[in-house]
Amino acid sequence: MSYNWNWRIFWSPSPEGAGTYWDMLLQGLLTTLEVSVIAWCVALVLGCLMGVLRTVPNRAAQAVGTAWVELFRNIPLLVQLFLWYFVLPEVVPAGFGDWMKGLRDAPFIIASVGIGFFMSARVAEQLRAGLGALPRGQRLAGTALGLTVPQTYRYVLLPMAFRIILPPLTSELINTIKNTSVALTIGLAELTARARAMQEFSFQVFEAFTAATVAYLVVNLVATLLMRWLERRVRVPGYVGA
Amino acid sequence: MGGFDWDVIRRSLSYLFLDGMRFTLTLTFLAAAGGVVLGTGLALLRLAGGRVLGGIATGYVNLMRSLPLVLVIFWFYFLVPYVGQWATGASRPVQVGAFASSLLTFTLFEAAYFSEIIRAGIGSIPRGQMAAGYALGLTYRQVMGSVILPQVFRTMLPVLLTQTIILFQDTSLVYVLSITDFMGAASKVAQRDGRLVEMYVFAAAVYFAVCFGASQAVKRLQGRIAIIR
Repeated sequence: MSYNWNWRIFWSPSPEGAGTYWDMLLQGLLTTLEVSVIAWCVALVLGCLMGVLRTVPNRAAQAVGTAWVELFRNIPLLVQLFLWYFVLPEVVPAGFGDWMKGLRDAPFIIASVGIGFFMSARVAEQLRAGLGALPRGQRLAGTALGLTVPQTYRYVLLPMAFRIILPPLTSELINTIKNTSVALTIGLAELTARARAMQEFSFQVFEAFTAATVAYLVVNLVATLLMRWLERRVRVPGYVGA
Repeated sequence: MGGFDWDVIRRSLSYLFLDGMRFTLTLTFLAAAGGVVLGTGLALLRLAGGRVLGGIATGYVNLMRSLPLVLVIFWFYFLVPYVGQWATGASRPVQVGAFASSLLTFTLFEAAYFSEIIRAGIGSIPRGQMAAGYALGLTYRQVMGSVILPQVFRTMLPVLLTQTIILFQDTSLVYVLSITDFMGAASKVAQRDGRLVEMYVFAAAVYFAVCFGASQAVKRLQGRIAIIR
């Protein structure tokens, strides 16, 4: 390979002014983590709501949940982010749209919300599967004890379902982290975007991408270990896997 | 929404579908086919490749599954010319076309995901079938090829197709290389004519229709081909 490796490039000052290329990548990693955390919270809240709606004994609620999941699952994330970023400010009332366009952190906010909505469809599907995996008797037992439907969910079904779906939720968390990179298309300066910028400024393409690769591997490893720890903490005694 | 301009969509239909969608669909089908073949190979290596080859396959699959597709697209875009130079002994990095580069990227990337599906499928076949094959005097190759894998492909077909639908959505990310896939074509028209709302809403509607229709078809297929045990 006729490529000039130069690993010391990370300590050269970046043309963006503030600090070295290393600082630049670190800043990108921080943005990736921030967006991931917010998006994951959005996805969990909306996903749980929609997952529950899909299983409650009410036709209208089920329809809302199903429509939500199908809508956000069948459009590519890139297209969804474009809808939020380019289309939404144009179709809302002009004053609100102008306010949205004027936001300094618009890519950050839209990436967090957009990726959160996108992932909420997947979380909802996992939760629905988890609720479906519970023996039917649990719901009946709740009713027999005189619990209302919300009480049955709160005290009987959800505590079990959440524990069952922790392993698939781990992959969805990793997916959320990985999906933040798509937000570079709406101008979010996250890790992949910073690595790409470093490549454009310094021409040290492979050093930049290697650094980003290692960073993603470490972040995913830490996220996986945290979720494993959580799985061990809340495992249900007597279940296979426990 | 009074000013929704249908005409810009009508005018660009042939560009969107004959240039854009054709690229997207070709890329999807070729990458899915290549990914299944390569993914089956990776799964077999992990199950029976010994420590070294199995370890390499495992490492490859885990690496690909840990990285964002956008980063992998950039990696391959810059790496392939150098690898081509090394492989052909040329004096300069080899220029690879947009289509070849993205086809290679998606095939190699999706192979990791397909291999996990195939591996899960092989794991779901009762162990006794393997033993029965050996008892009949079949070799490993024959047991895999004539007994195990045909059942794996049948049981896992719905999952493989669902992954292909995800792949279809993911191909929109070649946007980052300014390639004219369906989304790239839509965004080029959008920027040329200043019609972002119309083009992006239309693109979203088309993706939704294709993916929703395909996943409903997969659901129906699932009921028909399930093996009853």
